[in-house]
Amino acid sequence: MKPELLRDLKSLLGDSAVLHRPEELLLYEYDGSVEIARPTCVVFPSTTAHVQRIMQLANQYQTPIVGRGAGTGLSGGALARNGGILAVFSHMNRILNIDIENQRATVQPGVVNSDLSAAVAHAGLHFAPDPSSQKACTIGGNVSENSGGPHTLAYGVTTNHTLSLEAVLPSGELVRIGSSPLDPTGYDLMGLFVGSEGTLALITEITVKLTRLPETVKTLLAVFETLDDATETVVDITARGITPAACEMLDGWTLRAVEAYVHAGFPLDCAAVLLLEVDGLKEVAEQHAEDVAEICRNHHAREVRVARDARERDLLWKGRKNAFGAVGRLSPTYYVQDGVIPRTKLPVTLRRIDEIGKKYGFQIGNIFHAGNGNLHPLILFDARDPEQFRRVIAASDEIIKFCIEMGGSITGEHGVGMEKDRLMPLLFTDAELDVMRRVRDAFNPAGILNPDKIFPTKKGCGEIHVRPLPQSSVPAGFRNA
Amino acid sequence: MTVLSAIAHSRLADLVGPQRVITDPAQLVPYEVDAMRPSAALRPESIAQISEIVKFAVSEKLAIVATSGRTKLNIGLPPRHYDLALDMSSLRKIIAYDPGDLTLSVEAGIPLAALGHVLAEHRQFLPLAVPYHSQTTVGGAIASGVDGPLRQLYGIARDFLLGIEFVTGEGVPAKSGGRVVKNVTGYDIHKLMIGALGTLGVITRLNFKTFPLPIQSRGFVARFPSAQQACEMPSRIARSPLAPMTTEILSPGVTELFESEAASQIASDPMPANVLSPAEWAVSVGFAGNEKARNRYLSDLQRIAEECGGHGFLVQEKSLAAAFARKREFVPIALAFSPAATIIKINILPSKLNDAFAAAQKTAEANSLQWAALARGLGIIYLALLPAASDDENRQRVLNATNAIHEACANLGGQSTIPWCPTPWKKNLKIWGPGNLDLSQMQKIKNVFDPQGVLSPGRFVGGI
Repeated sequence: MKPELLRDLKSLLGDSAVLHRPEELLLYEYDGSVEIARPTCVVFPSTTAHVQRIMQLANQYQTPIVGRGAGTGLSGGALARNGGILAVFSHMNRILNIDIENQRATVQPGVVNSDLSAAVAHAGLHFAPDPSSQKACTIGGNVSENSGGPHTLAYGVTTNHTLSLEAVLPSGELVRIGSSPLDPTGYDLMGLFVGSEGTLALITEITVKLTRLPETVKTLLAVFETLDDATETVVDITARGITPAACEMLDGWTLRAVEAYVHAGFPLDCAAVLLLEVDGLKEVAEQHAEDVAEICRNHHAREVRVARDARERDLLWKGRKNAFGAVGRLSPTYYVQDGVIPRTKLPVTLRRIDEIGKKYGFQIGNIFHAGNGNLHPLILFDARDPEQFRRVIAASDEIIKFCIEMGGSITGEHGVGMEKDRLMPLLFTDAELDVMRRVRDAFNPAGILNPDKIFPTKKGCGEIHVRPLPQSSVPAGFRNA
Repeated sequence: MTVLSAIAHSRLADLVGPQRVITDPAQLVPYEVDAMRPSAALRPESIAQISEIVKFAVSEKLAIVATSGRTKLNIGLPPRHYDLALDMSSLRKIIAYDPGDLTLSVEAGIPLAALGHVLAEHRQFLPLAVPYHSQTTVGGAIASGVDGPLRQLYGIARDFLLGIEFVTGEGVPAKSGGRVVKNVTGYDIHKLMIGALGTLGVITRLNFKTFPLPIQSRGFVARFPSAQQACEMPSRIARSPLAPMTTEILSPGVTELFESEAASQIASDPMPANVLSPAEWAVSVGFAGNEKARNRYLSDLQRIAEECGGHGFLVQEKSLAAAFARKREFVPIALAFSPAATIIKINILPSKLNDAFAAAQKTAEANSLQWAALARGLGIIYLALLPAASDDENRQRVLNATNAIHEACANLGGQSTIPWCPTPWKKNLKIWGPGNLDLSQMQKIKNVFDPQGVLSPGRFVGGI
């Protein structure tokens, strides 16, 4: 990096808001995925004007620039793949406006997801997207990745809850897209920008919808002796037209790992559990809870527990939300996938994943959003062994290819980033990727913003550098889906 | 209308087959857009043919408008050029339907009503309750981007459209999204296509999430002496645990519209008597569920209506379909009611609905125009100005009124457009709003998908 750029950044932001010494950069090499990429410097803008000026400097010095929230992403989206400036939004963390009457809030991108929900809970509202990292991840990151979460089954993902943005384009131009009232006139630029993985603009302000907290919540835990019984229950619940607020599945192996860590009272000798939540109007939620319990029993559930109070409910969810952390205690590294399949294909796909695990000699844990067919197979391996790393990629590709054969997709909520770019040609033709590239180039013509993401590059997986993660650095619940 | 050269005609006949090229002027009348007639209408049978047609249009500098049900072609500005109508009605297959997964993939030309029957066999549906429902196609419903009453619970197309296949303005077949209910692979280009009036691509296939049909729907209507009281009701519902399927506010003027001859021609079932009153504002709420839930809705809605200063009642079950059809078909009814009906769509925060109604009423009355308004509780108003004639005097009145409403909406932090008005008035009225939008980002999008400007040129915002 040119010393002049460093000088200009420091004069703009102050010395303390610019990191560039190798030991300072270490933390910013990582996100929640297995990818690693070191930025040349890390900057902490505090204002929209800062962001604009940083973008101008990146242009002036022709340096790549990448935005980052809390760094909990799971596809390398917020890593500086080609080095350059990493703009971290943790100083832009103010809630700017809360409009209870219209159920809207305007926030800076660095506001932590669950902080917004906490700030509006007094009015019976919340921000519905709830990634498992919600106690750390930022709303700017959620918007960039179009994040999901367990409750997005009924409530929708981030794009369904985002109304307008203020953003700095790679040209340095400040734009406003969308509107606080519904149906903004013109092309649905919000639909394009949300989930564009930080490749079109740096977001400086976000207006979101707030959602009423349900009157009644019923949380059920159904315990199954076979994986097939559990997956067929999910198929049946969907087919019967019941949309639970959440429908999460943990297989027996994962459950034992979680129980050893969280002590949520999960059974240790079963093949799978479903964590089901139904909510809404009291009369509706109670009926749905009865219906769901009956469907579980019809599929030979050994036991259906209903959380009696908020404490029991929180305990069950604690098990789910801390599952990735629990698995992290058992293996030097794990590779988490994010494939999606039609829900009717759950039974056959889980059987196939089991076969693939056996074929390659890996333990694969399954903990995922069963209700919308969004799988998260966790493949346990030791990244210090290059041979294992090669095989884990091969196993993972075989799973993804099977998902695609089933009519599915390569990522449901984690994003493509730098992890799955090479898989994009499995879903899109060259011509289709070219159309998407031209969309990117319309906003990011020189490619200085978040380069080499989403679209396949010539970089093979041999260039993905993976190191074992020091286990002490994995706070519970942070490395989560 | 320009006449197609003999060479062009022969080339198009080669592409789709001679019997699928229409050039007889009389047969081209139904394909007119804002009184502009194309030189030919083509009825392609495959995506490959569409791709070839678009490539041919690019090489010959011909402008294309894709169409099928032809019910919403008059939304937007008249096309700058219009040479070829692309009649999508031959592409009407269901590509895949997995009722167990609640997902669906269809060709763009499939009629919404026909698709509805197939889904109903599995007790499912697509919540696209758009106007001209019995004639519209799925592709048209998406390309026009028109909303419907069910958005209160189910959202709009962008909330349940999972993916799309389209042909770009350069003839490249492409797609975005997928068929699964959750997916973040690549850019959500399909969202750009919604409401783009065909200016970004020819939509060929669409993938949707389907929904279970609600059981035991009911309708509740509350009447209020003032707009302010009526507007308070949706606001209180939003603060309650209730999650109704529809919530509409109806101005007193809607009564005459819904009881008119024009209404009975469009929605054949008779309007139930005494539901609306010409002297009162009304709020109509639809809900469904088991008996306990229905009773809860009824008692809560009755209490909320009373707290807001109104009185409410259940609509008779036999009249529900007629009442719902009128809400859905508000725009077609208004267009049939007045020879120069002009519909203004106002997007506003829910808390500003009452102010927007007040501005609408004041403006309509100041310009001696009959009016009626139907609003979604979420903050969308369809304001119908209903002049008695399409003469110059009425045009001037409507021009004055719409300009005043554009200004009032902007002052209230909202947006307003004029999706429907008499074609000759389009050169006077500000169809796409007061002109305060930054179009530069939208122009970038257009340049990516249709750099030569062959797809519906000029119909979109700012003449894009």
